[in-house]
Amino acid sequence: MDESMNLVLFSGTDDKLQAAAILAAGAAALGKPVNVFLQYWALDAFRRDRIAGDHGLAPEAGPAGRSHVDALRKAGQASWAETLRQAKDLGGVDIQACSLSMDLLGIEETDLDPLVDGVEGVTSFFMNAGAGQVVFI
Amino acid sequence: MDLLEITTKVDARGLSCPMPIVRTAQAIKPMASGTLLEVLATDPGSVKDFAAWCRSTGHILVDQTSDGAVYRFVIRRK
Repeated sequence: MDESMNLVLFSGTDDKLQAAAILAAGAAALGKPVNVFLQYWALDAFRRDRIAGDHGLAPEAGPAGRSHVDALRKAGQASWAETLRQAKDLGGVDIQACSLSMDLLGIEETDLDPLVDGVEGVTSFFMNAGAGQVVFI
Repeated sequence: MDLLEITTKVDARGLSCPMPIVRTAQAIKPMASGTLLEVLATDPGSVKDFAAWCRSTGHILVDQTSDGAVYRFVIRRK
C-alpha cells in the first residue's frame, strides 16, 4: 500500500470538504502517503479566520440535505478540519496550497490555518503524486 | 477470546466513518507486536472496513462479534 492518494480540492463547501477529509483519513489509516492540493474555493475555506465557519453545502444538497448534514453533525460527526487533523496525526498527510489560487484570493501563507503545510505549484504536486491516483473534488 | 490478553481498548462507539479506523490506526502504533487491541464501534461500515484494513496493513482480525448495535473487533498487532 505504498501508492500515494492525491486529492485536488477545488470546492469550498462543507459537504465536499467533509467527503475529501474522509478519503484522506481513510487512505492515511491504510498507510498510504496522502497529498492534498488546495485550489480556489477549497483554499479559501482553509483561511485561518474562516476554517471553523459555515461554508454552506453544494447546491444539490437542498433543504433536506442541509437537515441530514446537520443531524449527522449533532450526532457527533467530527468536522472536516478535525478529521484532517486526525489524519495528519497518523502521519503521511501533506497539505499544500496552490500558489496561483493564493494570488487569485490575494492571501499570504500566514493567512492560512496551520493544517496547511506549505505553498506549491501544480508541477510540484504532480511530481509528489508520482504514479498515484489523483482525485478532483 | 481471553480478555486478559487485551492490552489496549478503543471506544469508537458513536463515531462515524472513518474515525473508528483512524482511532484504531493511532492506538495500534505504539503497541508491541503480537499484543491484542479491542475496538467497540457502532458504524455499520466498520465490519467491512476493519476486515479490509487488517488485510491491507497485515494486522490480524482474530475475533469479531456483534450484539446488534455494537460491533466488537479484536485485532492482533503484526
